[in-house]
Amino acid sequence: MSADTPTPKFTGVLGWIDHRLPVISLGYKELVAYPTPKNLNYFWNFGSLAGIFLVIQIVTGIVLVMHYVPHADYAFASVEHIMRNVNYGWLMRYMHMNGAHMFFVVVYIHIFRGLYYGSYKDPREVLWILGVIILILMMATAFMGYVLPWGQMSFWGATVITNLFSAVPLIGDALVTWMWGGFSVDNPTLQRFFSLHYLFPFVIAAFSFLHLVALHQFGSNNPVGIDITNKDKISFHPYYTTKDLFGLFAILLVYGFLVFFAPNFLGHPDNYIPADPLVTPAHIVPEWYFLPFYAILRSITFDISLFGFTLIDAKLGGVIAMFGSILILFFLPWLDTSKVRSANYRPIYFWAFWLLVVDVIVLTYVGAKPAEGIWPTVGLIATIWYFVHFLVLLPLLGRFERPRPVPDSINKPVLPKASPLGPQTQPAE
Amino acid sequence: MRNVLVATIAGAALLGAMTTEGRAAGPAVELLHRSWSFDGIFGSYDDAAKQRGMQVYMQVCSACHGLEYVAFRTFTELGYDEGEVEAIAEQFFITDGPDEFGDMFERPGLPKDSWPSPFRNEAEAAMIHGKAPPDLSLIAKARPGGPNYLYSLLLGYDEEQGLDLPPGNYWNEYYPGHIIAMPPQLYPDLVVYEDGTEATVEQMAADVTQFLMWTAEPKMEERKQLGIGFMLFCAAMTLIFYAIMRRVWADVKK
Amino acid sequence: MASDTADGSNRRDFLQIAGYTALGLGVAAAAWPFIHQMNPSADVLALASVDVDVSTVEEGMAITVQWRGKPVFIRHRTQEEIDAARAVALDELRDPATDEERTTSNEGVTRPQWLVQIGICTHLGCVPLGNRVGEPKGDYGGWFCPCHGSHYDTAGRIRKGPAPLNLLLPPYAFLGDTEITIG
Repeated sequence: MSADTPTPKFTGVLGWIDHRLPVISLGYKELVAYPTPKNLNYFWNFGSLAGIFLVIQIVTGIVLVMHYVPHADYAFASVEHIMRNVNYGWLMRYMHMNGAHMFFVVVYIHIFRGLYYGSYKDPREVLWILGVIILILMMATAFMGYVLPWGQMSFWGATVITNLFSAVPLIGDALVTWMWGGFSVDNPTLQRFFSLHYLFPFVIAAFSFLHLVALHQFGSNNPVGIDITNKDKISFHPYYTTKDLFGLFAILLVYGFLVFFAPNFLGHPDNYIPADPLVTPAHIVPEWYFLPFYAILRSITFDISLFGFTLIDAKLGGVIAMFGSILILFFLPWLDTSKVRSANYRPIYFWAFWLLVVDVIVLTYVGAKPAEGIWPTVGLIATIWYFVHFLVLLPLLGRFERPRPVPDSINKPVLPKASPLGPQTQPAE
Repeated sequence: MRNVLVATIAGAALLGAMTTEGRAAGPAVELLHRSWSFDGIFGSYDDAAKQRGMQVYMQVCSACHGLEYVAFRTFTELGYDEGEVEAIAEQFFITDGPDEFGDMFERPGLPKDSWPSPFRNEAEAAMIHGKAPPDLSLIAKARPGGPNYLYSLLLGYDEEQGLDLPPGNYWNEYYPGHIIAMPPQLYPDLVVYEDGTEATVEQMAADVTQFLMWTAEPKMEERKQLGIGFMLFCAAMTLIFYAIMRRVWADVKK
Repeated sequence: MASDTADGSNRRDFLQIAGYTALGLGVAAAAWPFIHQMNPSADVLALASVDVDVSTVEEGMAITVQWRGKPVFIRHRTQEEIDAARAVALDELRDPATDEERTTSNEGVTRPQWLVQIGICTHLGCVPLGNRVGEPKGDYGGWFCPCHGSHYDTAGRIRKGPAPLNLLLPPYAFLGDTEITIG
């Protein structure tokens, strides 16, 4: 049961191969014997789930490409061909559509787990940065994939999002024309998005591999957030393989419900109307996983001026805020100055974390609302709080927050003597 | 455990925020609701209603609306046999060609053909009707409210309120903005149903909605059937692997 | 692996075997849609028959039409060609078939002047020469495949070269005097 089991010597054919190409012993070491903290909770399931959804997306995507035609004149019809004529085509397409939603659900939970338990802190900064890169690649891939069916939302989503880049000073318009390959979103845009949509998942897979290499360098963080020895670790198989399979089938129930019983629940009806460059749908919204960022984009409605001279106009300001809200995650390991990882031992950060969760939910909600009434104001407040959390609160908390005493082993309760706050402080859970 | 609870609540709130996306785009008016045979996890299409709906579509809707993505061969799924499908297809003229002289020609429809648009192209449709009548293959998925919207729209005309409108415009309770270019289509006994059902306006609206739901989502029954098998398998596997996990973990000291 | 010992291990083993077997079966079942999607789709399967008007095909001439993406040779044979084909003894043939068998349509009508066959060499799938005026017809006056040198006679039967079988016959029917429906 202890994780100290040495890698067995492979014999026979396997041994012959392993001697020359040591992938079998490597696989055994990293996937079977790999020492894993024994106190991980169910939130640690979401990393492997993300990997599984990446595989589902790649496999169904490769299948769809066998039937899809990346041309403005045929794209919409070829998707309908998949839905109606191709054997199980409807299944492939609905799996891919809803797989994207599930992938983001799983990855967002995975990210918030990292935030709560401080999984980005020393020595796992590079692990975290690789994860942020994967998130950005996922967003780009999802956005370009949504364009491919060439429905009304595809077309206008592509138009609005690519137009963000026109806010770039001086070269903005040239940049947008370059991205479009023309003077509006049209066939050249569709074809290049298709090419990149096929490429990026493999780049994501490569970064996921690096993410794993970085993870295995120091091993998983754990809910207590302390560095632990092999004494408190167990082998990945069979403990976490069975736990991951349990989690997988549980989440497949959610996925299956979407695919088989509510395949268009998270989609938008307008995307079943073929793209029409002359008519914009009345209410365009991005997919739900972009809504918080979309809300941040729309919340900057004012120019930023200094002595009457406009430094950043509202359009550029929104774009900077939106991209900034993601890029800020790269600096998180250094913005959070606290040495304590787990929020279980950080009384103030615990609440700051949940406030951030609420903040992001509010941003999601605002992103889905038309920009009128109280919503722009709510969005602006939520946007400000988002940045305050990362840029002000986290650096200050490290200085002023008094963490609860952290146990020096995941087996032992806190030593009463070590607690400056007295005996009433117990680790939460 | 508390964290799991909080996370569940947060997730539910997020899901709630997500679903507003669909609702926000919907028409402001509450739609007429009907209990459809295809609703729900076990719902399926009603073959008789689909056939009646096809009849209404053929005699009324198809004068202006094509079904670009719906091939006659798929009408076996409406409950017709192959001979009946051929007979339906033959009632349409399909432009084919070029022949050996390089000319396009018209021929009777075949099962492989799709339900043709009555217009040569969108420009002609727009010239005749002011605004091109849309293809209806996917209409039941392309409008918020889906089948209930179609049903409501067909029943939503009010001639009293439409009196002051310019010609070619009609007042409809359920159309976004209320002013629609499509004239009211359904009147009592407009069609004589082959199965003897009384052709009330509600009946025709419901039947054609059933037909259009099928054209938009022809694989729904196959999908739900497979789905039930998938869900049962995954539910069983969830339990089995929970049990396996508990047994495997039994020797790990907390 | 502490619990592989003594009590309880049997039940655990059974549960694990059942679970992992079901997992394997589930993965295998899930693979089927991914395999089946590459089979011909419904629209391809439904591609209907082709009607060919042969009234303009003179005696001794042939036309090529397309059916299911393949060339179909329709040859209006001369009496000499028919006689030549009928004169061959069956035991000389690699793939024995009488001329009557090769000119009988699906509903059992034999019109020896019309030979309808799929124009694909049964060796490795090239299109043989001989259907157009001026093309080599091979040593037996029928068709000649330039890829690997298979010779077919005036009934489309393999006579020389690597091909194992006669040219295949598509399903077809005569529609009146001058029309042939293929498929």
